[in-house]
Amino acid sequence: MPALRRKSVPVWTVNSAIVILIAALWPISSAFDKYMDNYVLDVLIRMGFAIILAVSLNLINGITGQFSLGHAGFMAIGAYTGGVLLKHYQNDLVGMILPVAFVGVTVLGGITAAMVGLVVGIPTLRLRGDYLAIATLGFGEIIRVVLNQIESIGSFEVGGSAGLHDIPHIANFFWSGAWAIVCVVVIARLVYSAKGKPFFAVREDEIAAGAMGIDTTNYKVAAFVIGAFFAGVAGVLSATLSGNLDPGDFNFVKSIEIVVMVVLGGSGSITGSILAAILLTYLPEQLRSFQDWRLVIYALLLIVMMLVRPEGLLGNRELWRVRRTRVASDAANRGLAV
Amino acid sequence: MAMLEIKNLGIDFGGLRALTGFDFALDQGELVGLIGPNGAGKTTVFNIVTGVYSPSAGDVQLRGASITGKKPYQVNRLGIARTFQNVRLFGGLSVLDNVLIGFNRSVAHGFLGTLVRSRKHQMEEHAQEDQAIELLREFDLVDRMDDLARTLPYGSQRRLEIARALATAPRILMLDEPAAGMNPQEKTDLMELIHSVRDRFQIGIWLIEHDMTLVMSICQRITVLDHGETIAVGSPREIQDNDKVIEAYLGKAEV
Repeated sequence: MPALRRKSVPVWTVNSAIVILIAALWPISSAFDKYMDNYVLDVLIRMGFAIILAVSLNLINGITGQFSLGHAGFMAIGAYTGGVLLKHYQNDLVGMILPVAFVGVTVLGGITAAMVGLVVGIPTLRLRGDYLAIATLGFGEIIRVVLNQIESIGSFEVGGSAGLHDIPHIANFFWSGAWAIVCVVVIARLVYSAKGKPFFAVREDEIAAGAMGIDTTNYKVAAFVIGAFFAGVAGVLSATLSGNLDPGDFNFVKSIEIVVMVVLGGSGSITGSILAAILLTYLPEQLRSFQDWRLVIYALLLIVMMLVRPEGLLGNRELWRVRRTRVASDAANRGLAV
Repeated sequence: MAMLEIKNLGIDFGGLRALTGFDFALDQGELVGLIGPNGAGKTTVFNIVTGVYSPSAGDVQLRGASITGKKPYQVNRLGIARTFQNVRLFGGLSVLDNVLIGFNRSVAHGFLGTLVRSRKHQMEEHAQEDQAIELLREFDLVDRMDDLARTLPYGSQRRLEIARALATAPRILMLDEPAAGMNPQEKTDLMELIHSVRDRFQIGIWLIEHDMTLVMSICQRITVLDHGETIAVGSPREIQDNDKVIEAYLGKAEV
Protein backbone atom coordinates (compact mmCIF):
# COMPACT_ATOMS: atom_id res chain seq x y z
CA MET A 1 0.00 0.00 0.00
CA PRO A 2 1.51 3.37 -0.95
CA ALA A 3 2.20 6.00 1.64
CA LEU A 4 -0.13 8.95 1.90
CA ARG A 5 1.39 12.32 1.20
CA ARG A 6 0.16 15.82 0.77
CA LYS A 7 0.44 17.31 -2.65
CA SER A 8 2.23 20.60 -2.90
CA VAL A 9 4.23 22.89 -5.13
CA PRO A 10 7.98 22.30 -5.58
CA VAL A 11 10.17 24.01 -3.04
CA TRP A 12 12.36 25.88 -5.52
CA THR A 13 9.36 27.79 -6.87
CA VAL A 14 8.38 28.85 -3.37
CA ASN A 15 11.95 29.87 -2.54
CA SER A 16 12.31 31.88 -5.76
CA ALA A 17 8.93 33.50 -5.21
CA ILE A 18 10.03 34.70 -1.78
CA VAL A 19 13.26 36.21 -3.15
CA ILE A 20 11.45 37.85 -6.07
CA LEU A 21 8.80 39.24 -3.75
CA ILE A 22 11.41 40.85 -1.51
CA ALA A 23 13.28 42.25 -4.51
CA ALA A 24 10.05 43.63 -5.94
CA LEU A 25 9.41 45.55 -2.74
CA TRP A 26 12.31 47.87 -3.56
CA PRO A 27 10.77 49.57 -6.64
CA ILE A 28 7.32 49.37 -5.05
CA SER A 29 8.65 51.17 -2.02
CA SER A 30 10.23 53.90 -4.19
CA ALA A 31 6.93 54.37 -5.98
CA PHE A 32 5.08 54.57 -2.66
CA ASP A 33 7.54 57.19 -1.40
CA LYS A 34 6.83 59.31 -4.47
CA TYR A 35 3.11 58.95 -4.96
CA MET A 36 1.48 57.74 -1.79
CA ASP A 37 0.03 59.89 0.93
CA ASN A 38 2.56 60.08 3.77
CA TYR A 39 0.07 59.16 6.42
CA VAL A 40 -1.18 56.08 4.60
CA LEU A 41 2.36 54.97 3.88
CA ASP A 42 3.27 55.43 7.54
CA VAL A 43 0.39 53.15 8.56
CA LEU A 44 1.42 50.54 5.98
CA ILE A 45 5.00 50.54 7.25
CA ARG A 46 3.87 50.20 10.84
CA MET A 47 1.73 47.22 9.81
CA GLY A 48 4.98 45.51 8.81
CA PHE A 49 6.48 46.21 12.23
CA ALA A 50 3.33 44.90 13.89
CA ILE A 51 3.55 41.70 11.85
CA ILE A 52 7.16 41.13 12.93
CA LEU A 53 6.29 41.77 16.58
CA ALA A 54 3.12 39.66 16.61
CA VAL A 55 4.56 36.68 14.73
CA SER A 56 7.74 36.63 16.83
CA LEU A 57 5.75 36.84 20.07
CA ASN A 58 3.46 34.11 18.78
CA LEU A 59 6.48 31.80 18.59
CA ILE A 60 6.97 32.32 22.34
CA ASN A 61 3.39 32.68 23.61
CA GLY A 62 1.23 30.82 21.15
CA ILE A 63 3.41 28.12 19.64
CA THR A 64 5.69 27.25 22.54
CA GLY A 65 3.08 28.22 25.14
CA GLN A 66 5.37 30.36 27.32
CA PHE A 67 3.40 33.45 28.27
CA SER A 68 5.78 36.40 27.94
CA LEU A 69 4.93 40.03 28.61
CA GLY A 70 8.42 41.29 27.87
CA HIS A 71 8.30 41.81 24.13
CA ALA A 72 8.45 45.61 24.35
CA GLY A 73 11.64 45.21 26.39
CA PHE A 74 13.33 43.26 23.60
CA MET A 75 12.05 45.77 21.10
CA ALA A 76 13.53 48.60 23.18
CA ILE A 77 16.94 46.90 23.24
CA GLY A 78 16.94 46.62 19.46
CA ALA A 79 15.61 50.14 19.01
CA TYR A 80 18.27 51.72 21.21
CA THR A 81 21.10 49.60 19.81
CA GLY A 82 20.12 50.69 16.30
CA GLY A 83 19.17 54.26 17.20
CA VAL A 84 22.34 55.00 19.15
CA LEU A 85 24.66 53.50 16.51
CA LEU A 86 22.93 55.07 13.53
CA LYS A 87 22.81 58.48 15.11
CA HIS A 88 26.47 58.33 16.10
CA TYR A 89 27.69 57.24 12.70
CA GLN A 90 25.12 59.01 10.52
CA ASN A 91 27.67 61.21 8.77
CA ASP A 92 29.66 58.14 7.68
CA LEU A 93 26.65 56.36 6.23
CA VAL A 94 26.31 57.73 2.73
CA GLY A 95 25.45 56.33 -0.68
CA MET A 96 25.60 52.59 -1.12
CA ILE A 97 27.12 52.00 2.30
CA LEU A 98 23.86 52.98 3.91
CA PRO A 99 21.64 50.00 2.97
CA VAL A 100 24.44 47.54 3.73
CA ALA A 101 25.21 49.18 7.04
CA PHE A 102 21.52 49.33 7.85
CA VAL A 103 21.14 45.58 7.36
CA GLY A 104 24.16 45.13 9.62
CA VAL A 105 22.80 47.43 12.32
CA THR A 106 19.35 45.81 12.14
CA VAL A 107 20.83 42.35 12.54
CA LEU A 108 23.04 43.64 15.35
CA GLY A 109 20.00 45.11 17.11
CA GLY A 110 18.31 41.74 16.77
CA ILE A 111 21.34 39.85 18.07
CA THR A 112 21.68 42.16 21.07
CA ALA A 113 18.04 41.58 21.94
CA ALA A 114 18.49 37.83 21.38
CA MET A 115 21.47 37.72 23.74
CA VAL A 116 19.49 39.51 26.41
CA GLY A 117 16.70 37.03 25.66
CA LEU A 118 19.12 34.20 26.35
CA VAL A 119 20.29 35.71 29.64
CA VAL A 120 16.73 36.49 30.77
CA GLY A 121 15.27 33.29 29.39
CA ILE A 122 17.46 30.70 31.07
CA PRO A 123 16.40 31.60 34.63
CA THR A 124 12.83 32.77 33.97
CA LEU A 125 11.74 29.90 31.73
CA ARG A 126 11.78 27.62 34.75
CA LEU A 127 8.66 29.50 35.77
CA ARG A 128 5.28 28.61 34.41
CA GLY A 129 2.15 30.47 33.43
CA ASP A 130 1.39 33.51 35.54
CA TYR A 131 4.80 33.48 37.19
CA LEU A 132 6.60 33.66 33.87
CA ALA A 133 4.27 36.46 32.76
CA ILE A 134 5.11 38.50 35.86
CA ALA A 135 8.85 37.85 35.56
CA THR A 136 8.95 38.93 31.92
CA LEU A 137 6.79 41.95 32.72
CA GLY A 138 9.35 42.91 35.36
CA PHE A 139 12.16 42.46 32.86
CA GLY A 140 10.49 44.80 30.38
CA GLU A 141 10.04 47.47 33.00
CA ILE A 142 13.67 47.16 34.11
CA ILE A 143 14.82 47.81 30.55
CA ARG A 144 12.64 50.89 30.36
CA VAL A 145 13.81 52.28 33.69
CA VAL A 146 17.46 51.64 32.86
CA LEU A 147 17.09 53.41 29.50
CA ASN A 148 15.55 56.34 31.35
CA GLN A 149 18.71 56.68 33.42
CA ILE A 150 21.40 56.41 30.76
CA GLU A 151 22.31 59.77 29.20
CA SER A 152 25.24 58.45 27.23
CA ILE A 153 27.71 55.59 26.95
CA GLY A 154 31.16 57.03 26.21
CA SER A 155 30.73 59.31 23.23
CA PHE A 156 27.49 57.58 22.21
CA GLU A 157 24.41 59.61 23.04
CA VAL A 158 21.54 57.54 24.52
CA GLY A 159 19.32 60.38 25.64
CA GLY A 160 18.01 59.19 29.00
CA SER A 161 14.55 60.37 29.98
CA ALA A 162 14.63 63.16 27.39
CA GLY A 163 14.69 60.51 24.68
CA LEU A 164 16.95 60.08 21.67
CA HIS A 165 16.15 62.32 18.73
CA ASP A 166 17.29 63.00 15.17
CA ILE A 167 17.99 59.38 14.35
CA PRO A 168 18.38 59.13 10.58
CA HIS A 169 15.15 58.24 8.80
CA ILE A 170 15.87 55.01 6.97
CA ALA A 171 12.98 52.60 7.49
CA ASN A 172 10.58 52.60 4.56
CA PHE A 173 8.09 50.23 3.03
CA PHE A 174 10.87 48.04 1.64
CA TRP A 175 12.63 47.43 4.97
CA SER A 176 9.39 46.92 6.81
CA GLY A 177 8.02 44.50 4.20
CA ALA A 178 11.27 42.63 3.64
CA TRP A 179 11.84 41.99 7.34
CA ALA A 180 8.22 41.01 7.84
CA ILE A 181 8.59 38.40 5.09
CA VAL A 182 11.87 37.13 6.51
CA CYS A 183 10.36 36.88 9.98
CA VAL A 184 7.28 35.01 8.81
CA VAL A 185 9.20 32.63 6.54
CA VAL A 186 11.85 31.82 9.14
CA ILE A 187 9.39 31.18 11.95
CA ALA A 188 6.82 29.34 9.84
CA ARG A 189 9.39 27.08 8.24
CA LEU A 190 11.05 26.42 11.54
CA VAL A 191 7.94 25.40 13.43
CA TYR A 192 6.29 23.53 10.58
CA SER A 193 9.22 21.17 10.10
CA ALA A 194 10.50 18.05 11.76
CA LYS A 195 12.99 20.15 13.70
CA GLY A 196 10.30 22.56 14.87
CA LYS A 197 7.52 20.22 15.94
CA PRO A 198 8.82 20.05 19.52
CA PHE A 199 7.91 23.75 19.98
CA PHE A 200 4.26 22.67 19.81
CA ALA A 201 4.95 19.59 21.93
CA VAL A 202 6.29 21.79 24.73
CA ARG A 203 3.08 23.81 24.63
CA GLU A 204 0.83 20.75 24.53
CA ASP A 205 2.43 18.79 27.37
CA GLU A 206 5.83 19.53 28.77
CA ILE A 207 6.11 16.30 30.74
CA ALA A 208 5.17 14.15 27.77
CA ALA A 209 7.57 16.13 25.58
CA GLY A 210 10.39 15.38 28.02
CA ALA A 211 9.45 11.70 28.05
CA MET A 212 9.73 11.75 24.24
CA GLY A 213 13.38 12.77 24.42
CA ILE A 214 12.79 16.48 23.84
CA ASP A 215 15.03 18.83 25.79
CA THR A 216 12.19 21.18 26.66
CA THR A 217 14.40 23.85 28.23
CA ASN A 218 16.36 24.08 24.99
CA TYR A 219 13.25 24.62 22.94
CA LYS A 220 11.80 27.18 25.33
CA VAL A 221 15.02 29.17 25.35
CA ALA A 222 15.28 28.86 21.55
CA ALA A 223 11.76 30.27 21.16
CA PHE A 224 12.65 33.12 23.51
CA VAL A 225 15.90 33.92 21.69
CA ILE A 226 14.41 33.81 18.19
CA GLY A 227 11.38 35.82 19.32
CA ALA A 228 13.64 38.40 20.98
CA PHE A 229 15.78 38.64 17.84
CA PHE A 230 12.85 39.68 15.68
CA ALA A 231 11.50 42.02 18.36
CA GLY A 232 14.94 43.68 18.31
CA VAL A 233 14.79 43.94 14.53
CA ALA A 234 11.36 45.58 14.74
CA GLY A 235 12.86 47.95 17.31
CA VAL A 236 15.66 49.10 15.00
CA LEU A 237 13.18 49.61 12.17
CA SER A 238 10.79 51.62 14.31
CA ALA A 239 13.62 53.83 15.63
CA THR A 240 14.50 54.84 12.08
CA LEU A 241 10.92 55.46 11.03
CA SER A 242 10.06 58.29 13.39
CA GLY A 243 13.64 59.28 14.15
CA ASN A 244 12.77 59.62 17.82
CA LEU A 245 13.04 57.22 20.73
CA ASP A 246 11.53 57.63 24.15
CA PRO A 247 11.89 54.92 26.82
CA GLY A 248 8.20 55.42 27.59
CA ASP A 249 7.33 54.02 24.15
CA PHE A 250 8.37 50.61 25.40
CA ASN A 251 6.30 50.30 28.55
CA PHE A 252 4.17 47.27 29.33
CA VAL A 253 1.21 48.72 27.44
CA LYS A 254 3.24 48.13 24.28
CA SER A 255 3.88 44.52 25.32
CA ILE A 256 0.19 44.01 25.97
CA GLU A 257 -0.68 45.50 22.58
CA ILE A 258 1.42 42.74 20.97
CA VAL A 259 -0.08 40.04 23.20
CA VAL A 260 -3.55 41.23 22.13
CA MET A 261 -2.54 40.76 18.48
CA VAL A 262 -1.40 37.20 19.17
CA VAL A 263 -4.53 36.29 21.12
CA LEU A 264 -6.90 37.99 18.70
CA GLY A 265 -5.31 36.31 15.69
CA GLY A 266 -5.34 32.94 17.40
CA SER A 267 -2.53 31.73 19.64
CA GLY A 268 -0.36 29.40 17.62
CA SER A 269 -1.53 30.59 14.21
CA ILE A 270 1.09 32.56 12.30
CA THR A 271 -1.34 33.71 9.65
CA GLY A 272 -3.72 34.68 12.46
CA SER A 273 -1.03 36.91 13.95
CA ILE A 274 -0.44 38.53 10.58
CA LEU A 275 -4.14 39.29 10.12
CA ALA A 276 -4.49 40.61 13.65
CA ALA A 277 -1.38 42.78 13.30
CA ILE A 278 -2.78 44.36 10.16
CA LEU A 279 -6.24 44.76 11.66
CA LEU A 280 -5.09 46.20 14.98
CA THR A 281 -2.80 48.69 13.27
CA TYR A 282 -5.53 49.79 10.87
CA LEU A 283 -8.40 49.91 13.36
CA PRO A 284 -7.10 52.59 15.75
CA GLU A 285 -6.36 54.78 12.72
CA GLN A 286 -9.90 54.36 11.41
CA LEU A 287 -11.27 55.21 14.83
CA ARG A 288 -9.41 58.52 15.00
CA SER A 289 -12.57 60.35 13.93
CA PHE A 290 -14.22 59.23 17.17
CA GLN A 291 -11.54 61.08 19.12
CA ASP A 292 -12.07 60.54 22.85
CA TRP A 293 -14.17 57.44 22.31
CA ARG A 294 -11.47 55.78 20.26
CA LEU A 295 -9.97 53.65 23.01
CA VAL A 296 -13.38 52.71 24.35
CA ILE A 297 -14.55 51.48 20.96
CA TYR A 298 -11.27 49.66 20.45
CA ALA A 299 -11.61 47.92 23.81
CA LEU A 300 -15.27 47.07 23.13
CA LEU A 301 -14.35 45.50 19.82
CA LEU A 302 -11.79 43.32 21.58
CA ILE A 303 -14.32 42.24 24.19
CA VAL A 304 -16.90 41.35 21.56
CA MET A 305 -14.26 39.49 19.59
CA MET A 306 -13.25 37.43 22.60
CA LEU A 307 -16.87 36.65 23.42
CA VAL A 308 -17.72 35.59 19.90
CA ARG A 309 -14.48 33.84 19.01
CA PRO A 310 -12.46 33.10 22.14
CA GLU A 311 -9.98 31.04 20.15
CA GLY A 312 -9.06 34.07 18.02
CA LEU A 313 -9.59 34.75 14.34
CA LEU A 314 -7.97 31.57 13.10
CA GLY A 315 -7.70 29.55 16.29
CA ASN A 316 -4.90 27.05 15.92
CA ARG A 317 -5.06 26.86 12.17
CA GLU A 318 -3.08 28.41 9.35
CA LEU A 319 -4.58 29.85 6.20
CA TRP A 320 -2.27 27.86 3.97
CA ARG A 321 -2.93 24.60 5.75
CA VAL A 322 -6.16 23.79 4.08
CA ARG A 323 -7.17 20.19 4.61
CA ARG A 324 -4.40 18.11 3.19
CA THR A 325 -5.07 16.28 0.00
CA ARG A 326 -4.05 12.70 0.12
CA VAL A 327 -2.14 11.41 -2.82
CA ALA A 328 -0.43 8.14 -3.43
CA SER A 329 3.27 8.68 -3.07
CA ASP A 330 5.54 7.68 -5.88
CA ALA A 331 8.93 8.67 -7.17
CA ALA A 332 7.38 11.64 -8.92
CA ASN A 333 6.16 13.49 -5.89
CA ARG A 334 9.22 12.85 -3.80
CA GLY A 335 11.05 16.10 -3.43
CA LEU A 336 7.83 18.03 -3.03
CA ALA A 337 6.97 19.71 0.19
CA VAL A 338 5.14 22.64 1.68
CA MET B 1 23.87 -8.62 32.96
CA ALA B 2 20.32 -7.58 32.30
CA MET B 3 19.39 -4.68 30.03
CA LEU B 4 17.75 -2.77 32.88
CA GLU B 5 18.90 -3.39 36.41
CA ILE B 6 17.55 -1.71 39.52
CA LYS B 7 19.26 -2.16 42.86
CA ASN B 8 17.94 -1.30 46.30
CA LEU B 9 15.88 1.64 45.03
CA GLY B 10 14.18 3.85 47.61
CA ILE B 11 12.56 7.26 47.85
CA ASP B 12 11.14 9.43 50.63
CA PHE B 13 8.62 12.18 50.14
CA GLY B 14 9.10 14.32 53.21
CA GLY B 15 8.63 11.85 56.03
CA LEU B 16 6.79 9.34 53.90
CA ARG B 17 8.79 6.38 52.69
CA ALA B 18 7.17 5.66 49.34
CA LEU B 19 9.56 2.95 48.20
CA THR B 20 12.24 0.85 49.88
CA GLY B 21 14.75 -1.76 48.78
CA PHE B 22 13.31 -2.24 45.32
CA ASP B 23 15.32 -4.68 43.17
CA PHE B 24 14.48 -5.51 39.61
CA ALA B 25 15.93 -6.71 36.32
CA LEU B 26 14.50 -6.67 32.81
CA ASP B 27 15.97 -8.12 29.65
CA GLN B 28 15.38 -7.65 25.97
CA GLY B 29 12.30 -9.52 24.77
CA GLU B 30 10.86 -9.93 28.26
CA LEU B 31 7.36 -8.93 29.26
CA VAL B 32 7.16 -8.24 32.96
CA GLY B 33 4.41 -6.92 35.19
CA LEU B 34 4.35 -4.64 38.22
CA ILE B 35 1.21 -4.86 40.33
CA GLY B 36 -0.03 -3.84 43.73
CA PRO B 37 -2.93 -2.09 45.46
CA ASN B 38 -3.52 1.63 44.96
CA GLY B 39 -0.78 3.75 46.48
CA ALA B 40 1.68 0.87 46.60
CA GLY B 41 4.33 2.89 44.77
CA LYS B 42 4.13 1.44 41.27
CA THR B 43 4.00 4.70 39.37
CA THR B 44 6.66 6.06 41.74
CA VAL B 45 8.99 3.31 40.50
CA PHE B 46 8.28 4.31 36.91
CA ASN B 47 8.81 7.96 37.71
CA ILE B 48 12.18 7.28 39.30
CA VAL B 49 13.38 5.08 36.45
CA THR B 50 12.36 7.66 33.84
CA GLY B 51 14.01 10.53 35.69
CA VAL B 52 10.93 12.37 36.94
CA TYR B 53 11.99 11.83 40.58
CA SER B 54 15.49 11.38 42.00
CA PRO B 55 15.71 8.39 44.34
CA SER B 56 16.98 8.84 47.88
CA ALA B 57 18.68 5.44 47.72
CA GLY B 58 19.73 2.87 45.17
CA ASP B 59 20.76 2.83 41.55
CA VAL B 60 19.16 2.33 38.13
CA GLN B 61 21.40 0.91 35.43
CA LEU B 62 20.79 0.58 31.73
CA ARG B 63 23.20 -1.80 30.02
CA GLY B 64 25.55 -1.52 32.96
CA ALA B 65 25.68 2.30 33.05
CA SER B 66 23.97 4.21 35.82
CA ILE B 67 21.12 6.44 34.67
CA THR B 68 20.15 7.59 38.16
CA GLY B 69 19.60 11.34 38.32
CA LYS B 70 19.37 11.80 34.56
CA LYS B 71 16.64 14.05 33.23
CA PRO B 72 13.57 12.47 31.59
CA TYR B 73 14.62 13.48 28.08
CA GLN B 74 18.08 11.97 28.63
CA VAL B 75 16.59 8.73 29.93
CA ASN B 76 14.44 8.55 26.83
CA ARG B 77 17.41 9.13 24.55
CA LEU B 78 19.26 6.32 26.30
CA GLY B 79 16.50 3.93 25.33
CA ILE B 80 13.63 3.94 27.82
CA ALA B 81 10.23 5.10 26.62
CA ARG B 82 7.05 5.27 28.64
CA THR B 83 3.34 5.95 28.58
CA PHE B 84 1.38 7.65 31.34
CA GLN B 85 -1.37 6.53 33.67
CA ASN B 86 -3.53 9.48 32.66
CA VAL B 87 -2.88 9.59 28.90
CA ARG B 88 -0.59 12.46 27.99
CA LEU B 89 -0.87 13.00 24.27
CA PHE B 90 -0.19 16.23 22.42
CA GLY B 91 -3.95 16.72 22.16
CA GLY B 92 -3.92 19.81 19.96
CA LEU B 93 -1.67 18.17 17.37
CA SER B 94 -2.58 15.66 14.71
CA VAL B 95 -2.22 11.93 15.32
CA LEU B 96 0.57 11.87 12.75
CA ASP B 97 2.40 14.78 14.40
CA ASN B 98 2.25 13.00 17.75
CA VAL B 99 4.21 10.11 16.28
CA LEU B 100 6.50 12.37 14.24
CA ILE B 101 7.57 14.11 17.43
CA GLY B 102 8.73 10.72 18.64
CA PHE B 103 11.02 10.48 15.60
CA ASN B 104 12.28 13.98 16.18
CA ARG B 105 15.56 13.00 17.77
CA SER B 106 16.82 11.44 14.56
CA VAL B 107 16.61 14.70 12.57
CA ALA B 108 20.09 15.15 11.13
CA HIS B 109 19.85 18.19 8.84
CA GLY B 110 20.76 21.61 10.17
CA PHE B 111 18.88 24.78 10.98
CA LEU B 112 19.68 26.33 7.61
CA GLY B 113 18.48 23.21 5.81
CA THR B 114 15.17 23.60 7.61
CA LEU B 115 14.86 27.25 6.60
CA VAL B 116 15.53 26.79 2.89
CA ARG B 117 13.81 23.40 2.82
CA SER B 118 16.95 21.73 1.45
CA ARG B 119 16.78 18.44 -0.42
CA LYS B 120 18.21 16.62 2.56
CA HIS B 121 15.55 18.19 4.75
CA GLN B 122 12.79 17.04 2.42
CA MET B 123 14.17 13.53 2.10
CA GLU B 124 14.42 13.19 5.84
CA GLU B 125 10.95 14.57 6.45
CA HIS B 126 9.47 12.19 3.92
CA ALA B 127 11.37 9.22 5.30
CA GLN B 128 10.11 10.04 8.80
CA GLU B 129 6.60 10.57 7.57
CA ASP B 130 6.68 7.16 5.85
CA GLN B 131 7.98 5.51 9.01
CA ALA B 132 5.36 7.23 11.13
CA ILE B 133 2.56 6.21 8.78
CA GLU B 134 3.87 2.65 8.81
CA LEU B 135 3.77 2.65 12.60
CA LEU B 136 0.28 4.13 12.65
CA ARG B 137 -0.86 1.44 10.25
CA GLU B 138 0.33 -1.25 12.62
CA PHE B 139 -1.59 0.41 15.40
CA ASP B 140 -4.67 0.75 13.25
CA LEU B 141 -4.67 4.53 13.49
CA VAL B 142 -3.73 5.47 9.95
CA ASP B 143 -7.27 6.42 8.96
CA ARG B 144 -7.30 9.12 11.58
CA MET B 145 -3.78 10.42 11.19
CA ASP B 146 -4.90 13.93 10.27
CA ASP B 147 -7.32 14.26 13.17
CA LEU B 148 -6.38 16.00 16.38
CA ALA B 149 -5.20 13.47 18.95
CA ARG B 150 -7.72 14.67 21.50
CA THR B 151 -10.61 13.76 19.23
CA LEU B 152 -9.72 10.04 19.26
CA PRO B 153 -11.76 7.62 21.38
CA TYR B 154 -10.08 6.70 24.63
CA GLY B 155 -8.86 3.27 23.56
CA SER B 156 -7.26 4.74 20.44
CA GLN B 157 -5.59 7.44 22.51
CA ARG B 158 -3.94 4.75 24.60
CA ARG B 159 -2.79 2.95 21.47
CA LEU B 160 -1.44 6.19 20.03
CA GLU B 161 0.52 6.82 23.20
CA ILE B 162 2.21 3.43 22.81
CA ALA B 163 2.91 4.11 19.13
CA ARG B 164 4.40 7.48 20.00
CA ALA B 165 6.63 5.90 22.64
CA LEU B 166 7.83 3.30 20.13
CA ALA B 167 8.72 6.06 17.68
CA THR B 168 11.60 7.02 19.97
CA ALA B 169 13.14 3.59 19.24
CA PRO B 170 13.37 2.39 22.84
CA ARG B 171 15.01 -0.79 24.15
CA ILE B 172 12.68 -0.76 27.12
CA LEU B 173 9.03 0.23 26.99
CA MET B 174 7.26 1.06 30.24
CA LEU B 175 3.45 1.07 30.15
CA ASP B 176 1.60 2.63 33.07
CA GLU B 177 -1.85 1.02 33.20
CA PRO B 178 -2.30 0.66 29.43
CA ALA B 179 -5.71 -1.00 29.79
CA ALA B 180 -7.23 1.50 32.21
CA GLY B 181 -10.63 2.64 31.02
CA MET B 182 -10.78 0.17 28.16
CA ASN B 183 -13.72 -2.09 27.44
CA PRO B 184 -13.23 -5.89 27.33
CA GLN B 185 -12.84 -5.99 23.55
CA GLU B 186 -10.27 -3.19 23.61
CA LYS B 187 -8.41 -5.04 26.36
CA THR B 188 -8.20 -8.22 24.32
CA ASP B 189 -6.91 -6.25 21.33
CA LEU B 190 -4.41 -4.47 23.56
CA MET B 191 -3.04 -7.78 24.86
CA GLU B 192 -2.43 -8.96 21.32
CA LEU B 193 -0.87 -5.62 20.47
CA ILE B 194 1.55 -5.72 23.39
CA HIS B 195 2.58 -9.24 22.45
CA SER B 196 3.18 -8.31 18.85
CA VAL B 197 5.10 -5.18 19.84
CA ARG B 198 7.47 -7.24 21.94
CA ASP B 199 7.99 -9.81 19.22
CA ARG B 200 8.42 -7.33 16.40
CA PHE B 201 10.56 -4.72 18.13
CA GLN B 202 12.43 -7.19 20.35
CA ILE B 203 12.28 -4.86 23.30
CA GLY B 204 11.73 -5.38 26.99
CA ILE B 205 8.25 -4.39 28.16
CA TRP B 206 7.46 -3.53 31.75
CA LEU B 207 3.88 -2.76 32.60
CA ILE B 208 1.80 -1.63 35.52
CA GLU B 209 -1.73 -2.96 35.34
CA HIS B 210 -4.74 -3.44 37.56
CA ASP B 211 -6.50 -5.82 35.23
CA MET B 212 -5.44 -9.19 36.62
CA THR B 213 -6.65 -11.24 33.66
CA LEU B 214 -4.46 -9.17 31.40
CA VAL B 215 -1.41 -9.23 33.66
CA MET B 216 -1.64 -12.94 34.39
CA SER B 217 -2.09 -13.89 30.77
CA ILE B 218 0.70 -11.91 29.15
CA CYS B 219 3.43 -11.37 31.76
CA GLN B 220 6.28 -13.84 32.19
CA ARG B 221 7.21 -12.49 35.60
CA ILE B 222 5.41 -10.28 38.06
CA THR B 223 6.59 -8.08 40.90
CA VAL B 224 4.07 -7.20 43.60
CA LEU B 225 4.43 -3.99 45.59
CA ASP B 226 2.58 -3.03 48.75
CA HIS B 227 3.27 0.07 50.82
CA GLY B 228 6.50 0.64 48.93
CA GLU B 229 7.88 -2.82 49.62
CA THR B 230 8.27 -5.77 47.31
CA ILE B 231 6.11 -8.52 48.77
CA ALA B 232 6.41 -11.09 45.99
CA VAL B 233 8.26 -11.85 42.77
CA GLY B 234 7.52 -14.75 40.48
CA SER B 235 5.58 -16.27 37.64
CA PRO B 236 1.85 -15.46 37.34
CA ARG B 237 1.06 -18.88 38.81
CA GLU B 238 3.27 -18.31 41.86
CA ILE B 239 1.85 -14.83 42.39
CA GLN B 240 -1.74 -16.05 42.24
CA ASP B 241 -1.10 -18.52 45.04
CA ASN B 242 1.01 -16.22 47.19
CA ASP B 243 -0.58 -15.58 50.59
CA LYS B 244 1.00 -12.20 51.07
CA VAL B 245 -0.37 -11.01 47.74
CA ILE B 246 -3.85 -12.23 48.54
CA GLU B 247 -3.59 -10.51 51.90
CA ALA B 248 -2.43 -7.23 50.35
CA TYR B 249 -5.33 -7.20 47.92
CA LEU B 250 -8.13 -8.72 49.96
CA GLY B 251 -7.03 -8.28 53.55
CA LYS B 252 -6.24 -10.99 56.09
CA ALA B 253 -8.79 -13.70 56.64
CA GLU B 254 -10.10 -13.59 60.18
CA VAL B 255 -10.00 -16.77 62.16
